[in-house]
Amino acid sequence: MVEVDKQALLQFLLRMGDNTLVLGHRVSEWCGHSPVLEEDIALANTALDLIGQTQLWLGYAAEVQGEGKTADDLAFLRDAWDFRNLLLVELPNGDFGRTLMRQFLFDAWHAIILGRLMKSSDTTVAEIAEKASKEVAYHLERSADTVVGLGDGTQESHDRMQAALDYLWPYVGEMFDSDEADEQMVAAGISVNPATLREEYGALVGRVLSEATLTIPESRFAHKGGRTGYMHTEHLGHLLCTMQWLPRAYPGCQW
Amino acid sequence: MKNEWPLWEIFIRGQHGLSHRHVGSLHAPDAEMAVKNARDVYTRRNEGVSIWVVEAKHITATAPGDKGPLFEPSESKVYRHPTFYDIPDEVGNM
Amino acid sequence: MYAQLVKTAGTGVKSKEEMTEEERAFQDKIDRDIKIEPRDWMPDDYRATLIRQIGQHAHSEIVGQLPEGNWITRAPTLERKAILLAKVQDEAGHGLYLYCAAETLGVSRDEITEMLLDGRMKYSSIFNYPTLNWADIGAVGWLVDGAAIMNQVPLQRTSYGPYSRAMIRICKEESFHQRQGYDAIRKMAEGTPEQKKMAQDALNRLWFPSLMMFGPSDKDSVHSAQSMAWKIKINTNDELRQKFVDQTVPQIEFLGLDLPDPGIKWNEERGHYDYTDPDWTEFFNVIKGNGPCNVDRLSDRKNAWDDGAWVREGLMEHARKKAAREHAAE
Repeated sequence: MVEVDKQALLQFLLRMGDNTLVLGHRVSEWCGHSPVLEEDIALANTALDLIGQTQLWLGYAAEVQGEGKTADDLAFLRDAWDFRNLLLVELPNGDFGRTLMRQFLFDAWHAIILGRLMKSSDTTVAEIAEKASKEVAYHLERSADTVVGLGDGTQESHDRMQAALDYLWPYVGEMFDSDEADEQMVAAGISVNPATLREEYGALVGRVLSEATLTIPESRFAHKGGRTGYMHTEHLGHLLCTMQWLPRAYPGCQW
Repeated sequence: MKNEWPLWEIFIRGQHGLSHRHVGSLHAPDAEMAVKNARDVYTRRNEGVSIWVVEAKHITATAPGDKGPLFEPSESKVYRHPTFYDIPDEVGNM
Repeated sequence: MYAQLVKTAGTGVKSKEEMTEEERAFQDKIDRDIKIEPRDWMPDDYRATLIRQIGQHAHSEIVGQLPEGNWITRAPTLERKAILLAKVQDEAGHGLYLYCAAETLGVSRDEITEMLLDGRMKYSSIFNYPTLNWADIGAVGWLVDGAAIMNQVPLQRTSYGPYSRAMIRICKEESFHQRQGYDAIRKMAEGTPEQKKMAQDALNRLWFPSLMMFGPSDKDSVHSAQSMAWKIKINTNDELRQKFVDQTVPQIEFLGLDLPDPGIKWNEERGHYDYTDPDWTEFFNVIKGNGPCNVDRLSDRKNAWDDGAWVREGLMEHARKKAAREHAAE
């Protein structure tokens, strides 16, 4: 077996865990404000699943890091440049349509990669993926249905969903980007080359969006910088200000 | 046009082997969404293994005024119940 | 108590002699603890009062999401965030169950929601108070849910079947709410001096508003008798308030916090704690719309409702299109 580079594994785990952390946070912002009670409850379930997955990914990341930290330390005490989530998930919620479109675009990728990770050579990764993939299969079913329902609903809902897709599409490409850390994960059999997910993703997303009567923008331009931490959006800093305020203002407390 | 989502009655099988039981209602635009909403609303605590949904307007119910004729006649048919019969202890469990 | 000042319809309790034959049979069922079900005959005033009470209760759950929701994005650990989110989600579920119970009385959820938004219906005064520090989240679970549970447990025996069944489900789910609140504030009370200060501040601010949840003093509750005869109100306001004080004072002492009211003293003769009555002028002011958060709470609900209209319409229209396509294919 190939010797696993600890830093590369840590990068990979942070990428998984920061995605679920940041998206779970965004989705939880809806609680109490959704268009209808049933959706409010469903969105909270999605957020709860994502928070739970975060505890697993970041818990393992802290273990691999070996500095005696916890998942909470990683979530609440790192600054923006240390975050490794996709730009897509840190974008503000916008209207309900944009939130669900973002959810769908992420869920589709999430479901596919978790399917691959279930066969990871790292048993902890495989176990987390196994648990998460059941939750995410439902997230995907629900967000896909809602995207179809709103895309193929009234003229207004259609227009809003098309606008959401136009806004979010440039953030999709980053999912399939890779760097040296990814290569090491592939070599160790822990994860897969993100680029290899693109075809399955394209087919899945294409089918749902076409059923939703929505048009995928032609431009393949992709914003990048989230998963490497090189350049996040301005939005992440504000999110962290809110999320991390208490533990930073009152360090060392038990809550 | 009225846009309120229809009301659905939700039935959940709590464990394998049991009947579905009415647990409550919710709103949904169609049957598929009603099933999903039922999953999110009524199985948050691991309460179910199977869900049925029926649009409330499709349920036909007995009228309260018919309670007498419908249900009282069976009250006098005590011979349908096992405790009606005396079986000597010597016979054993029956 | 989430239904505080429910005006009972009608002219007061009738004697058996004054009742019509239908009314007598109805009251007789209630006296024998037989549940009233949606399609059973019931007096118009019973129906109207129940709609008001269940509606107010449901609205309280929904508006009650907001003060706690205020801290979901600022919860200090992942576990606290998950617990709080699950709890606030439960409130949405409880609102949903109660709206469904109200619907069996012939008022749709959209109608009753509109009544909240245009001010025709009320919600509990407690949710017009702000949550200002993290310990408030503990205090809300401990005190506010504690007060609510005190009222909801007896309501499981209420005379109206769908309301009773909703309450049974709610009480079952709610049992973790108060415990998580006490657990959260206990961590604060046992924490650093700053955390302890937050806990004391939360207790001081939320104590009297919690006592107000049970509604005005019995001598000022003009409508109770009829509601009690109908078994849609089980205990008097003062009974429940006293029970709440008696239960909570030792819990405060266990936390090592100062009592929020200098008037709290054990009264050997009565076998209860004495306490200072809340400021009822403040209470009626909050009910009238002048609480610290009334305007913001209602506008939050209104925005959610108005901004969500296109979503509700869009998904409904899609369902219609889909049904039409399936119909055409047959």
